[in-house]
Amino acid sequence: MTEATQKMTVIEAINAALHEAMEADPKVLVLGEEVGDEQDGGVMGVTKGLSTKFGKDRVKSTPISEQAIIGAAIGASVGGYKPVAEIMLMNFVTVAMDMITNHAAKLRFMSGGQTNVPIVIRTMTGAGFSTGGQHSDYLEAWFAHTAGIKVVAPSNPEDAYGLMRAAIDDPDPVLFIENLPTYWTPHPVTKQVVPIGKARVAREGGDVTVIGHSLMIVHALGVAEKLAQEGISVEVIDLRTISPWDRETVLASVRKTGRALVVHEAVKQFGIGAEIAAVINEEVWGALKAPVKRLGAAFAPVPFSKPLETAFVPQPADIEAAIRALVA
Amino acid sequence: MTSNYPKPDDATLLEIFRKAALIKLNDERIIKQMMAGKLVMPYYSPRGQEIIPSAVSVNLDDDDYICTIYRGIHDMLAKGFPLGELWAELAGKVTGTCKGKGGPMHLTCPEKGMMVTTGIVGSSMPIATGLGWAAKLDGKKRVSVANFGDGAANIGAFHESLNMAALWKLPVIFICQNNLYAEHTSPAYSRVIDRISDRAAGYGMPGVTVNGNDPDEMYGAAKVAIDRARAGEGPTLIEAMTFRFNGHLLGEAGHYMDKAIYADAQAKDPMPILRARLIAQGIASEAEVAAIEADIDRQIDEALAAAMAADFPDAAELKRDVFAEEIA
Repeated sequence: MTEATQKMTVIEAINAALHEAMEADPKVLVLGEEVGDEQDGGVMGVTKGLSTKFGKDRVKSTPISEQAIIGAAIGASVGGYKPVAEIMLMNFVTVAMDMITNHAAKLRFMSGGQTNVPIVIRTMTGAGFSTGGQHSDYLEAWFAHTAGIKVVAPSNPEDAYGLMRAAIDDPDPVLFIENLPTYWTPHPVTKQVVPIGKARVAREGGDVTVIGHSLMIVHALGVAEKLAQEGISVEVIDLRTISPWDRETVLASVRKTGRALVVHEAVKQFGIGAEIAAVINEEVWGALKAPVKRLGAAFAPVPFSKPLETAFVPQPADIEAAIRALVA
Repeated sequence: MTSNYPKPDDATLLEIFRKAALIKLNDERIIKQMMAGKLVMPYYSPRGQEIIPSAVSVNLDDDDYICTIYRGIHDMLAKGFPLGELWAELAGKVTGTCKGKGGPMHLTCPEKGMMVTTGIVGSSMPIATGLGWAAKLDGKKRVSVANFGDGAANIGAFHESLNMAALWKLPVIFICQNNLYAEHTSPAYSRVIDRISDRAAGYGMPGVTVNGNDPDEMYGAAKVAIDRARAGEGPTLIEAMTFRFNGHLLGEAGHYMDKAIYADAQAKDPMPILRARLIAQGIASEAEVAAIEADIDRQIDEALAAAMAADFPDAAELKRDVFAEEIA
């Protein structure tokens, strides 16, 4: 395997993207809790090596101060830099919501385009490790509901690399959601930039379209493979970018299949599936052979106990059952 | 300690007066326009706080950054905010500095170093800290000033920002404009300690309380802090004691304000005091001071007329400046 297509995990892919972006542009900075090598290069090692290679002026290990982390990133970006700020776990963004939604997302508009906030906020989440109600929530809908911030969520190392390079180069704030369960799966990485706002047809099919992101794509691809043995042809669309989402690709697929299932790990109620289903209904109603289905987590905090946690988030069996119901 | 401060020379004192007079006359004109129904906006008048930013700004260049808050027109004018764009913005016109999208609470003018005006109590500090980080990385000896009120000293962002700025030895000057009331809340309801500047010790930075209405003290404290920041010695907290004569939000009844305190503050209104001092010390004659005021009034006349004659922004502006690329 050549260097260009070596196998990498998501952790290695993001690490490579950060190294290469910092190498390519001295304005790229990294900050967050424990991101420096003296603190083990991040809680999962995503930032390993950066402080040693690029120095502690550009790679700042911070106090546990989420408001100040995002504020420092915003200020540095308004001052001409491109900071990549890490919020260790997605639930911790709650502590920095003012900085993210009132400031990072709005400064360009409120200043009439005089300032912009080219920051990346890396964060990680995902149920399945019994971390309970404050360490594994998917909160993407909050940010997708906020004008001025982009939201991306890769499901594999190839997209993790490509979206990180695109996010760092983007002139606007990007929330980059990493998924814990998919961190360690190796996959060939070609190191192509993945444009923000473009979904990927992860599997072509003709009977039903499954739309999702992150771990749900891994689940959907497994289910699609299984159902193919029975002659049910499933098209899987990996959104990759949650906001602004790729309507064209999604709507073209649903026009073709006439059936759609939107699945996400976040709570179903008021989740992004509601927006996507509504737009499908508005735009391709005439082509639908069945009502759009949605799958999402139960309307509850993430539970601790393993069987409860498994019941909380959509599992491959739930996706399979929903697809069968759609094509029945 | 304050007696050892450097004093402004006559020319600097006159410059402080020029800035302060602009703030006062501009404020009076805004109120007149609002009362006549010609300007409709939430207005947080800085009347009474003119000396603070005027004495600070004579130590700053256009390259130096400032962040301020909803009561921030005085900070902006002192740093040289263009009057025409200011009035157009207040009127919500497309010729405003933010194309009418920001308004009085989000005034921005990067070419003069005015990077962020926030409507959220406390949020100027984390961003000013980030600008301080950018300034330090640039290595050009520029500084970053965070303006905020006494109420903001009780919000978590204060603690996170001062701690981070001290830890990273950033060139940030934290200026707490203590006008005695946090919205309608007196210190008796908001803190135990008398002096907010005492908190600086907890972050390992110098902290001073000065009479913000005294141009000598305010100039001296600002100069010492700014020189220290430029020299790479880190941040300072300045608590500048002052008073605002028009309450929190223009139009309120002000019942929460102690009548004796109000009367005392009015008797010590810094503007007539400074004006009389310039004349008494022969720094400027009555005629010269009057000419300065007349010139300011003429500039305001022009800015006001141009603002009123300008167009409102087109509805298409809703799609612009949300992101770099226009939203479809």
